[in-house]
Amino acid sequence: MPEDAPQEVAPPPMLRAAVTFVRLLRRAGLAAGPDRMVEFVRALEELDPDRREDVYWAGRVTLCSRREDLDLYDRAFRAFWEGKEGRTLRRPETRMSFSLADDSVQPPKKTVERNEGGEEIVRLRYSPVDILRKKDFALYTSEEHAELNKLLADLKLSGVLRRSRRLEPAPRGRHDPRRTLRGAMRTGGEPMRHRYRKARSRPRRVVMLCDISGSMASYSRVLLRFMHAGVISGERLEAFVIGTRLTRITRELATPSPDRALSEASGAVRDWSGGTRIGDAMKEFVDRWGQRGMARGSVVVILSDGWDTGDAEVLAEQMMRLHRLAHKVIWVNPLKAAPGYRPVARGMAAALPHVDVFLSGHNFESLEELARAIAGAASEREGGAR
Amino acid sequence: MSEAGNGRRGALPPGVSRAPELRERLQEEGYLADEGLSTAIFLALKLGRPLFLEGEAGVGKTEVAKVLSRLLDTPLIRLQCYEGIDVNQAVYEWDYARQLLHIRTAEAFGAEEDRQRFEDELYTRQFLVSRPLLQAIEHGGPTPPVLLIDEVDRADDEFEAFLLEILSDYAITIPEIGTIQARRPPVAVLTSNRTREVHDALKRRCLYFYIDHPGLALELEIVRLRVPGADERLARQVATAVQELRNMDLYKPPGVAETLDWTEALVALGAKELDEALIEATLGSVVKYREDQQRALGAGLQLLTGTGGA
Repeated sequence: MPEDAPQEVAPPPMLRAAVTFVRLLRRAGLAAGPDRMVEFVRALEELDPDRREDVYWAGRVTLCSRREDLDLYDRAFRAFWEGKEGRTLRRPETRMSFSLADDSVQPPKKTVERNEGGEEIVRLRYSPVDILRKKDFALYTSEEHAELNKLLADLKLSGVLRRSRRLEPAPRGRHDPRRTLRGAMRTGGEPMRHRYRKARSRPRRVVMLCDISGSMASYSRVLLRFMHAGVISGERLEAFVIGTRLTRITRELATPSPDRALSEASGAVRDWSGGTRIGDAMKEFVDRWGQRGMARGSVVVILSDGWDTGDAEVLAEQMMRLHRLAHKVIWVNPLKAAPGYRPVARGMAAALPHVDVFLSGHNFESLEELARAIAGAASEREGGAR
Repeated sequence: MSEAGNGRRGALPPGVSRAPELRERLQEEGYLADEGLSTAIFLALKLGRPLFLEGEAGVGKTEVAKVLSRLLDTPLIRLQCYEGIDVNQAVYEWDYARQLLHIRTAEAFGAEEDRQRFEDELYTRQFLVSRPLLQAIEHGGPTPPVLLIDEVDRADDEFEAFLLEILSDYAITIPEIGTIQARRPPVAVLTSNRTREVHDALKRRCLYFYIDHPGLALELEIVRLRVPGADERLARQVATAVQELRNMDLYKPPGVAETLDWTEALVALGAKELDEALIEATLGSVVKYREDQQRALGAGLQLLTGTGGA
């Protein structure tokens, strides 16, 4: 990039203010790196730094990069440049009641070191792992949680394949003029052997929405771990949590360390363990994300016990919309494992007709089953409207 | 400020050196931008950065690129993104049919040294078909072109990484030919409907602006400006009704594009003011989901005619 000749830019106090402002934004959770800050200062030079509006727009255009940033930016701007909200700024209504401290407990001493393949562990510690796999998450001790993390890390999550529009070389398919011609060069311009290509297949996007209301407390932690494992495995996975409102946590979960990822996520969520209004949250999802494309042709997984404090009608309508958009809708309800369970919770009953696969997700074995269902393998007869 | 004074980076239209002036010029070209958007465009031009526009469908994102090309009097080069778009469709492709013909011609000539020459010529500029990105980089006019990369969220991440490279260096490398560097970087406008989150690295290259639905006053001005044939009373009613529709919690709230379509439909029907029968007949041009239409009709048409249920 060509540089403008160094010149007397905005007066130093302004520059210092700008830098402090960007720092404040960063502390408040807005990812504005040094390159953005430089751009901000450049923008100020081009505008009138004495005009409040100009400063506002210069910052908004250069320091924000998604819609979610705008609200934070506005509040920071008011706080900093107008001194209305004081100098401290935090994300609104953050109530962190979600702690993962006990997950970092040292695993049991007897743990065998992992060899190259994750398989090894399973064989060596067959018996305890086997018990663990069947045990209900709600009954886990903190040591077992730590153990579970390893199992989760080995779980592969990827959506069922679909045809992509990208092409790849193949023995037969559509004609590939580029490679044919390359080959023809070797035979004096005569295309002796024709080359072909065909559409590549790609895994479908997986969207997971995890209910974090109080009634799900014993499961949501593990299920979030499960989502985290999916997000960092590099597959196309989107993660949301449902409480009284919907929060997207894909970005927060994208940190390799599970503990950090989950604490980032809990920072982003404003309503841990409150009530659930699944219907409203689903509506928000379909309106804001689903209909625009995120749910189109995807595998959508909802992890919830179906206790909805809102209107069941709303949920039914939204599930119908979602079902029309998605390739497959999977509902995971930990309560399903209880003997004699019937989907009588109003929300659950309203949603079921629009669900393709209905699973339990209360222990590791059922999560494996979920992973298979996501990948499109058998065992789909399991669920459906029943 | 003279054009030369704008420096190498910027590509401001002649006679514009400050943001409010640009806003006026945009308006003269038929685009009403609020202060935020016009400032964003000003900075993008002045700092020579791509402009990344997000917003609902129909709020006028694509229009920004079009009006810029008119304002700068320079061609608009448009790349419509879609899933699976790749280098062959976005940057360049070899003209295989012509290449084959060329080889055949060489054979007809027969002489060994000629054949060698013909083969050497095979991968030269004359057999290269430029697609939008290469066209934008190669553009040789006095002013850089406007490069519109539309709905970038629809392309996949492989392509995004590739775009990032082009938007950083404004250069394209073709293995058989070499690197082609833009004389002056094109004015790049990227739009996204947010069907998925575009990668941060790409956004970091750009100035970001989220275009919201306009408020009543701005929308009314847009209607007046773009559908001059509309009666003042009709224009006001339409703008008010659309604001009302946006508050109705529809699946697809109408954008400015729909407002204009609707006004044009009404003008075509010779309407001077809205009434319930007219709305029922033309609702399809502004509300495009069946469920939404039912909701709008259910809410009562008198709400939309602005007669307040009288």
